[in-house]
Amino acid sequence: MKQPLTVSVFTENKIGLLHRITVIFTRRKLNIESLTVSESEIKGVHRFTIVVEATMEQAVKMVKQIEKQVEVLKAFVHDTESLVHQEIALYKIPVTALQHNKVEVLVRDSNIRVLAIEPEYLVIEKTGHPEETQQLFDTLQPYGVLEFVRSGSIAITKPMKALSAYLQELEEAQLAWH
Amino acid sequence: METLTTTHRTLTNKVGTTVTGAEAVVLSLLEEQVDTLFGYPGGAIMPVYDALYDYQQQLKHVLVRHEQGATHAAQGYARVSGKTGVCIATSGPGATNLITGIADAQIDSTPLVCITGQVGAHLLGTDAFQETDVVGISMPITKWNYQVTRAEEIPEIMAKAFYIARTGRPGPVLIDITKNAQFEVMEFYYEPCKKIRSYLPQPALHHADVADAAALINNAKKPYLIVGQGVLLSQAQEALAQLAEKANIPVASTLLGLSAMPTNHPLYMGMVGMHGNYGPNVNTNACDVLIAVGMRFDDRVTGDLATYAKQAKVIHIEIDPAEIDKNVTTTVAINADAKAALEALTSQVQPAQHQAWIQSFKQCEAVEYEQVMQHDLYPTTNGLKMGEVVRHISEKTKGNAVLVTDVGQHQMIASRYYQFNTPRTNVTSGGLGTMGFALPAALGAKLARPQQEVVAVIGDGGFQMTLQELGTIFQTQAAVKIVVLNNSFLGMVRQWQQLFFDQRYSSTEMTNPDFVTIAKGYHIPAQRIEDRTMLDEAVATMLAHNGSYLLEVVVEKEDNVFPMIPTGASVDQVKLCAP
Repeated sequence: MKQPLTVSVFTENKIGLLHRITVIFTRRKLNIESLTVSESEIKGVHRFTIVVEATMEQAVKMVKQIEKQVEVLKAFVHDTESLVHQEIALYKIPVTALQHNKVEVLVRDSNIRVLAIEPEYLVIEKTGHPEETQQLFDTLQPYGVLEFVRSGSIAITKPMKALSAYLQELEEAQLAWH
Repeated sequence: METLTTTHRTLTNKVGTTVTGAEAVVLSLLEEQVDTLFGYPGGAIMPVYDALYDYQQQLKHVLVRHEQGATHAAQGYARVSGKTGVCIATSGPGATNLITGIADAQIDSTPLVCITGQVGAHLLGTDAFQETDVVGISMPITKWNYQVTRAEEIPEIMAKAFYIARTGRPGPVLIDITKNAQFEVMEFYYEPCKKIRSYLPQPALHHADVADAAALINNAKKPYLIVGQGVLLSQAQEALAQLAEKANIPVASTLLGLSAMPTNHPLYMGMVGMHGNYGPNVNTNACDVLIAVGMRFDDRVTGDLATYAKQAKVIHIEIDPAEIDKNVTTTVAINADAKAALEALTSQVQPAQHQAWIQSFKQCEAVEYEQVMQHDLYPTTNGLKMGEVVRHISEKTKGNAVLVTDVGQHQMIASRYYQFNTPRTNVTSGGLGTMGFALPAALGAKLARPQQEVVAVIGDGGFQMTLQELGTIFQTQAAVKIVVLNNSFLGMVRQWQQLFFDQRYSSTEMTNPDFVTIAKGYHIPAQRIEDRTMLDEAVATMLAHNGSYLLEVVVEKEDNVFPMIPTGASVDQVKLCAP
């Protein structure tokens, strides 16, 4: 059964690696729902968070193919339950929207930050799960949303094993080989 | 296995001196003990070619006639020698012409280092003359690739390229070098690569896995070994024989595993797969423990996965973790080097007999012999058959030649009937099925093993895909023996059209040129035969000739390869003749 799955990939910071990883998805005709890349807690190690609709079996096989890439340190797949995940969304709305009481209440109550106020518009930010940022968008839309952008999901896994422990295992396996 | 004790030869006269990036490329090749490379010059790689001019004594450059030929020649070289094949080409079309060979090397796990020239770094992304994004194009079909834009990167990147190509599950690596990096100067130092943090060439052997596997084998009534190229790549052929002999386990081979065990070994039962042998295929669905070694359960081996070896416990010995449980779910996975795993397993396996089980293979072989083999090998019909030609080659070379095959009917027939004696003597395009592979691959194989007979068996279709490499064979004077089995058809496609497309022979019949005249144009002696009475002498003449030789054998136009597992059918539904 297909479900939203999050693939976390830890890599060296190398040009072209993004392409090497994404073709593993496209070759299997799997659409990447979202993708974010940033440096992890270990300097020089980058973390890809990729959300994809796939079966667990497909994803497990893909993770092995991803790990096979020379510059990939480690890859994992998790279902939504094993993750703490979040997205950030930005909304540009006309100042006139604030004249509606409902919008003002919304801005006060629903954990929204105002990032910029200009004579004609304001930019607000909400972080949350996709349903939450979508819900705010749906609520604001009748009053006019001038621009809307949402980041890809970023996720922290619930299991406690640290990345540094995996790197240590990799190092030990290499020593054993030599 | 990689060891740190290997003595490292350094070209001391150049270490620490200032050289161009181009010379650094050549010095790096020498540091990696490369003695032969295959390539074709052009604008963006000219500085490297200029540097090669000074090293002609140490480094033999083979000028192919098309860059695809360079990759296949490097593959042939690598497959028989166990070394990394090297090829070199210019940017743009030179680089894109390498792609088929790189894809072939990737799917067949052949270590290659491919060097391409690239436009100057300041021109990258400008659609400059002969600029193509070969790093982008080759990404899905290389084990690793990298674009060098500065001379001082060259030694480290070359060292990494060779390390990645040859270790673990081998594969092709492409290094793209911009022209400015070839011209720039740098101080030359070379350090072989011994470790990459993010890359584990081979996992350690887990003794618990070995113990589990041994327990399965010790309790098995019908154990069965299916071996692939991994056995050859890890030089595990003796370890394989020891395991098989200790517990009397019948052995079958995949197409690429051929020659890992001598064909006449009493425990060798034949080849598995679509055109493999009858017993090895049907008994896959009769064994109780299937021990797969260094193979990847390709669809041409398994047929329908839903009915493949479902009754068996499966032990998979495999170096690449991504292959484990990819197609066939294992009971015990041994994710390790084949040799280490087989040796460990042998020490824990109890001697056993399995006579009735082995006999069941022999019974199948008798059926296959009567229904298929005898008609292929000793035909009584008028037309010559591919099988009898292969039989003559096999008998006259005593199974000691390197057999290089192309793709199609002749490939299956040659693989079925050649009697291999020594390891690494089978060179063919398996996973990709690249027509045109054999002629350049045979050249590469011959240059790697000049003392050994190299016989290329090629169909008339595939021969015409790369026949320009006759020019390279002539120029290098490589004594390759070329057998063209000419049925004036793209035979395998025609067979499928006959069996599955209602005999609608759409674009498979070929009006062929005079191959003998073509060969003679390249000053290669040649003969064409159409008659059985001439076969024995013609093969003898070819093999006795001191130099390259082409023998064209006109074979039956509409002959079929059997046994055959139709696409999507189960291995035990293998057909011995057309319905």
